[in-house]
Amino acid sequence: MADSETLTAKSLVTDQDIRWCPGCGDYSILKQVQTVLPGLGIPREKIVMISGIGCSSRFPYYMNTYGMHSIHGRAPAIVTGLKATRPDLSIWLITGDGDGLSIGGNHFIHLLRRNVDCNMLLFNNQIYGLTKGQYSPTSELGKVAKSTPLGSIDHPFNPGALALGADASFVARSMDRDPKHLQQMLIRAAGHVGTSFLEIYQNCNIFNDGAFEALTEKSSKGANTLFLEHGQPLVYGMNSELGIRLDGFTPRSFVLDLEGSLEDCWVHDERDMVKAMILSRMFDDPGVPGSLPRPFGVLYAMERPVYEVMMEAQLAQAQAKRGIADSMEALDALIAGSETWTTA
Amino acid sequence: MPDQETTNRASTSPAGDFVVREEVVIKFAGDSGDGMQLTGGQFTNTAALVGNDLATFPDFPAEIRAPVGTLAGVSGFQINFASRPVFTPGDSCDVLVAMNAAALKANLSGLVPGGELVLNSDGFDAKNLRLAGYASNPLEDGSLEGFTLHVMDVTKMTRETLQDYTLSTKEKDRSKNMFVLGFLYWMYDRPMQSSLDFLAAKFKKDPAIYEANAAVLRAGYHYGDTTETFATRYKVEPAKMPPGRYRSITGNEATGMGLVAASVRSGLPLFLGSYPITPASEILHYLAARKSFGIKTFQAEDEIAAICSAIGAAFGGSLGITTTSGPGMALKTEAMGLAVMLELPLVICDIQRAGPSTGLPTKTEQSDLLQAVYGRNGECPLVVMAAHSPSDAFETVYEACRIAVEHMTPVIFLSDGYIANGAEPWQFPQAADLPAIHPVFATAADADPERGFLPYRRDERLVRKWAVPGIAGLEHRIGGLEKQNETGNISYDPMNHELMVHLREAKIERIADFIPELRIDQGPEEGDLLLLGWGSTFGTCSAAVRDLNAAGYGVAHAHLRHIRPFPRNLESLMSRFKHVLVPEINNGQLVRILRDHFPRTFVPFNRIQGIPLRKSELMQAAVDVLRGVDAAGQTGLHSSASNAGGTPH
Repeated sequence: MADSETLTAKSLVTDQDIRWCPGCGDYSILKQVQTVLPGLGIPREKIVMISGIGCSSRFPYYMNTYGMHSIHGRAPAIVTGLKATRPDLSIWLITGDGDGLSIGGNHFIHLLRRNVDCNMLLFNNQIYGLTKGQYSPTSELGKVAKSTPLGSIDHPFNPGALALGADASFVARSMDRDPKHLQQMLIRAAGHVGTSFLEIYQNCNIFNDGAFEALTEKSSKGANTLFLEHGQPLVYGMNSELGIRLDGFTPRSFVLDLEGSLEDCWVHDERDMVKAMILSRMFDDPGVPGSLPRPFGVLYAMERPVYEVMMEAQLAQAQAKRGIADSMEALDALIAGSETWTTA
Repeated sequence: MPDQETTNRASTSPAGDFVVREEVVIKFAGDSGDGMQLTGGQFTNTAALVGNDLATFPDFPAEIRAPVGTLAGVSGFQINFASRPVFTPGDSCDVLVAMNAAALKANLSGLVPGGELVLNSDGFDAKNLRLAGYASNPLEDGSLEGFTLHVMDVTKMTRETLQDYTLSTKEKDRSKNMFVLGFLYWMYDRPMQSSLDFLAAKFKKDPAIYEANAAVLRAGYHYGDTTETFATRYKVEPAKMPPGRYRSITGNEATGMGLVAASVRSGLPLFLGSYPITPASEILHYLAARKSFGIKTFQAEDEIAAICSAIGAAFGGSLGITTTSGPGMALKTEAMGLAVMLELPLVICDIQRAGPSTGLPTKTEQSDLLQAVYGRNGECPLVVMAAHSPSDAFETVYEACRIAVEHMTPVIFLSDGYIANGAEPWQFPQAADLPAIHPVFATAADADPERGFLPYRRDERLVRKWAVPGIAGLEHRIGGLEKQNETGNISYDPMNHELMVHLREAKIERIADFIPELRIDQGPEEGDLLLLGWGSTFGTCSAAVRDLNAAGYGVAHAHLRHIRPFPRNLESLMSRFKHVLVPEINNGQLVRILRDHFPRTFVPFNRIQGIPLRKSELMQAAVDVLRGVDAAGQTGLHSSASNAGGTPH
């Protein structure tokens, strides 16, 4: 066995040429993951990157850890089998909006409801990149793409709301263009025990350039985004001049000091599922007059029993009752069953 | 029509009050809610404990509760038990138990002339007769003349037996199948104790229900004694079987057990990813109840997740298994390709049923073979094996695990509905006698000092080592994209792709060096005709060849367990025979694969009726080949007349 090493961002880089397009948002995500991982105290050999198919899913090839680049949409199922049998591993599931929400939509919801302990990073660029520019399940209505010359008539998924609908125990959102925030969210996701769902807005500069411009560019970011912090009032705006308050179940924006004070603001409680659902529904088109800001940060985080732990507990329960049956004697008893007869 | 097996049974002799029979076939038939499967299962267990050889054939509708009283709702269970070797559940039955008119109508054509009918008169009221489509009551119109009738009002007698019990009428009626079972135990002089023990265990938490069932079982037995004093009772002596310890086993039980055995003997924890599907679900149930063996079962959200979870478990160093049937098999196709690319061990158990599409979920067929061998995108070789009987499923699935683990490949294990649900006595092995399974894991020492760890470096068998996460120094990436030889890195190099395709193919072909050669199971080592079968036709082939040889025809039988790769000696073995007849319950699948491999002629024999092959038809086909007649029924147009010439003696 090799001696345990000190992991560095540099040592997590593989010798493989990165095949993402120059300028792709994926580079930033890769860099932030490589930056954050060494600080988590997980030995390299315990880290596994599992992906499906798509631009984002090339990720494992660029991480000098264990990894599997699997088939389209199925990474959550592979993760479930791996984590169920190897709870000791730190598993990172890398997926995209097409991989995770379209072809893999079924596995997505079932992974979340089971609460398998893993970190799911969903790179959302609202387009199919690897197949060269078809609309995705998160593309906006009316999206003109190669397969929708007259615009998409598919109502898009709201991934955060979908995840909460599937009873996700951790839902967060970040963006490729805010490295510091992305690093914080990666650390939070890693620290959560259960399925951590982190949606990362990622710019596809070839097929959907500027999809999140209003949320990521300095000139408009403040007005259109709301950065959540547990226990802190919901404040946003170019100069933090706006607040969000709750009017019943309806969030309303107001001008601080003019229409109300900090005390009137909704104070974020990331353990409150109902309020998390309201936050997830703050999904207006950015920049449209009267629109509410898009929340970033941890929308919801509440630990609940984890799938593989419950599975192990059932095994332990059965073995406590009947004894650990891994011997030849136990196998002989199983094969013989309760009724046998002998012929001479 | 009478078949030879039936007519041969005439060798009976009185023994005290009993007539001794060498072989008897009973069919239990009733509504799917009448408990006929349980009744048949109990009769089977008792027959096994008495020492008979036996074979069973449960035959039930896909609907759990089809409309009561209709032909669609008839559920049947056939058992052939004997004092001589039994290979099939029988082409026809000697005794038909019919709980209602529909059960009689659906099964009467399968009863031998002069056979015995056990009828529940309560199931022949006006409504039942109408639902079954009878214009007049067969109990009264003389149409059953020529059969021996035992007509009894089972419902009424069950209720009378239980009149002092504080159970609802509905609850009382549920035990009426026990009355019939008791009657047949009397008729065939069987002990009731095994069934009483079974009931006691089944209703452990509900002693009143146990008492009721036990009382009705005894009442059925005593009914025979008191009212049918002059009826004939029969004895079927124990079969002369090789000395040893036996148990009764179904195919799905044997499959589950074989998987547990492979886990214990390999030291690998077993992980099953499965999605419920008929007729494979019992394997999931079996393993889910064996957690003390450290087995993890995962009921996935769909068939694809089921196999993918097993691949994930295999990546982590577990014995990854998935179980399914045809439609689920189709869904798993892409993931099987991934497993081939990853070169991880995986066993895919396909319990075949009649297709295509949803097909006939509860009926048997051997029609997934081409899918198993060829049905994936790209050049995608893997190992294909088939069990030939319920007990053989144990050995075959165990062997499938051994090959998967030792050769780092997915293996498809084929069973079918007939094997899965059928039961037979089994002289079971001892755990210590099972061949060892040796996984070869990579260790830190496998990392090349200069090039690092090479996940696709191969040994002389072309097998890579199993490198599981958690070992420092072996970090590597694998995936579905074409990989560079040895490093596993993505490669689009044309020559590398061709090399990898050939390597993956050669790895599978080389497994032929590690499997037994095919042998003649029965009959001459060379001659005019070889029956070459696979899978669940084994019993029918064995019985047909036994009887053909007894009748003076020199016919041989060999049965393939390994279909990809084939045993090394298959071609030379076939070359010793003038004709090779290939019987299958499909439209000709093995025969196509054989033609793909070997430049000789094959004669297909196919039935696609969702039921096991009939021995009589197969014998006729064999005789036709020997006589130079075009094998019967090949076009399917005159198949029903294929037995017209009668069977040889």
